Amino acid sequence: MVQNIIDVRNLSKSFDISSKEPGLKGTIKHFFRRQTKSLKVIKDISFEIKEGEIVGFLGANGAGKTTILKMLCGLIFPSQGSILVSGYLPFRRKEDFLKNITLIMGQKQQLIWDLPPIESFYLNASIYDLDKFEAKKRIKKLSEMLEIDEELFIPVRKLSLGQRMKSELLAALIHEPNILFLDEPTLGLDINAQRNLRKFLQKYNKETNATICLTSHYMKDITSLCKRVICVHEGAISYDGKLDLLLKKLSPVKEVLIVCRSEEDAIKLENSGFTIKNKIKNEITIKIDNNSITSSLKTILNNFDIEDLFINEPPIDEVIGKVLIKKNYDI
Amino acid sequence: MNLRKYLKVYKKFLHTSLASELEYKTNILVDLITAILSLVGSIFLLSIFFQNKGYIGGWKFEQALIIQAIYTILNGITNTWFNPNLTEIVKHIREGTLDFVLLKPIDSQFFISLKKINPSGFLEIILGFFLLLFCIKINQINLSLSFLSLSFITISCSICILYSLWFFISTTTIWFVKTWNAIEVLRSFLYIGRFPLNSFSFSLRVFFSIFIPIAFITTIPSEVFLGLSQLWKILLEVIVASVFLITSRKFWLFALKFYSSASS
Repeated sequence: MVQNIIDVRNLSKSFDISSKEPGLKGTIKHFFRRQTKSLKVIKDISFEIKEGEIVGFLGANGAGKTTILKMLCGLIFPSQGSILVSGYLPFRRKEDFLKNITLIMGQKQQLIWDLPPIESFYLNASIYDLDKFEAKKRIKKLSEMLEIDEELFIPVRKLSLGQRMKSELLAALIHEPNILFLDEPTLGLDINAQRNLRKFLQKYNKETNATICLTSHYMKDITSLCKRVICVHEGAISYDGKLDLLLKKLSPVKEVLIVCRSEEDAIKLENSGFTIKNKIKNEITIKIDNNSITSSLKTILNNFDIEDLFINEPPIDEVIGKVLIKKNYDI
Repeated sequence: MNLRKYLKVYKKFLHTSLASELEYKTNILVDLITAILSLVGSIFLLSIFFQNKGYIGGWKFEQALIIQAIYTILNGITNTWFNPNLTEIVKHIREGTLDFVLLKPIDSQFFISLKKINPSGFLEIILGFFLLLFCIKINQINLSLSFLSLSFITISCSICILYSLWFFISTTTIWFVKTWNAIEVLRSFLYIGRFPLNSFSFSLRVFFSIFIPIAFITTIPSEVFLGLSQLWKILLEVIVASVFLITSRKFWLFALKFYSSASS
């Protein structure tokens, strides 16, 4: 049986936030008498993650995804509840725990700006107590996987965002961690760079069985990497389960555009009992339930003279968008 | 603590920060010229003070020059290590890059205090040592083992006090987010360390001994050089330095519990 590597029970986190009224009066008042209030950003959440799983955390801006990741890796002290990651209490930041994890943030960087990435890699290698030979071996292996070569010797400030992100990944993975926390790793990258990064993460997960916790606003990252998603809405979990189940629930029908050979066939199809969305001459769009898509298409192809056929998936961003604004999804 | 690992990491710190600084040759050159001009200016200012009066606060010009030499060494250390690293703490906290430091299997205080060096500060340290050697000659000081040990102890304590004060202020950034001004105030107080403590009024002497122990930083090591220091003063400096160092460490560990990281 696969072990739970992350176990979160009734976790809550509150922050003291100060608020300011607009205008000069508000500014002066804020300077002399700051009004703070405690804001509960994470509300009593519980979940487990198994070893080797890739889990996507979905949520609108400010929903609490990053706070959860930061509590999981031990950066933020929880207000209530318990977290166990790889058998450790993360906020104690024990050396053995830190050697097991890594955090990659799309909008922050750890590479030394004026030097080539290779210098940062060797610095990290010394921090993780790797000898030169082992460090060299790992840099070679990871740079091959990430398809970077000459970039290793060019100052970071002269690299493109995509090259820099790949180098950031290499710097963060040199110690071969078992658990990866990725906070919007593809932020700002072009389509090719995003695809390459996803390919790399899939490969890394397959080869090392590393557990990956990921937040991203790019749905493609989530759909191509994560089988399981945890949706966070205003600090609480609104859905925790398989992504395909969620998509089926939110979008139970598919739209199929059928081009009939003649208008007569289209009229025949229109009157055959399917749910029709629209009809223009010999082109007809019907709605078919996800569960009966195969059998329905078989019936149509056997009984009507069809010239062409297109199955349209509803845009995933639109579907997921529905989750981000709703409090609870029971599936 | 694995000493071998920390030495290895520090070697890498030295290598990477030297390499980073050497990327900007002109900047280094300007820093070097500034260090020389700053020392010449300070000695000139001191000589103006002593022009009409032979003594200030019971100190002759040749003796006051020792304080200037120790100040130059300490300022060199400040510019080499404290300035590039400890001012960066504020940036780390404001921008949330402290996250990367805290997730490394290495002591976070060691990392943020020693990661960078500014090579131009070395010149100040060297100039300070040359000035100190010159002062030893003109004040006809005998170089004995006890003298060298006491000088080493008091200068080390001065470095510890200076570091702890600076680190303490930088740590408060975890709550106050911006503390540049407090660091600037500390730096301006340090300028006072160029003059003998006795040249100030009684109330200022008390202030600079108790509240901001500038007196311990330069005056006591200088008194050791002139053979004027009493043992209780040296012991007091050792105690003050130890208390400051331990407190700054405890305060850092305490403050980290309140670190909320910057939002993404």
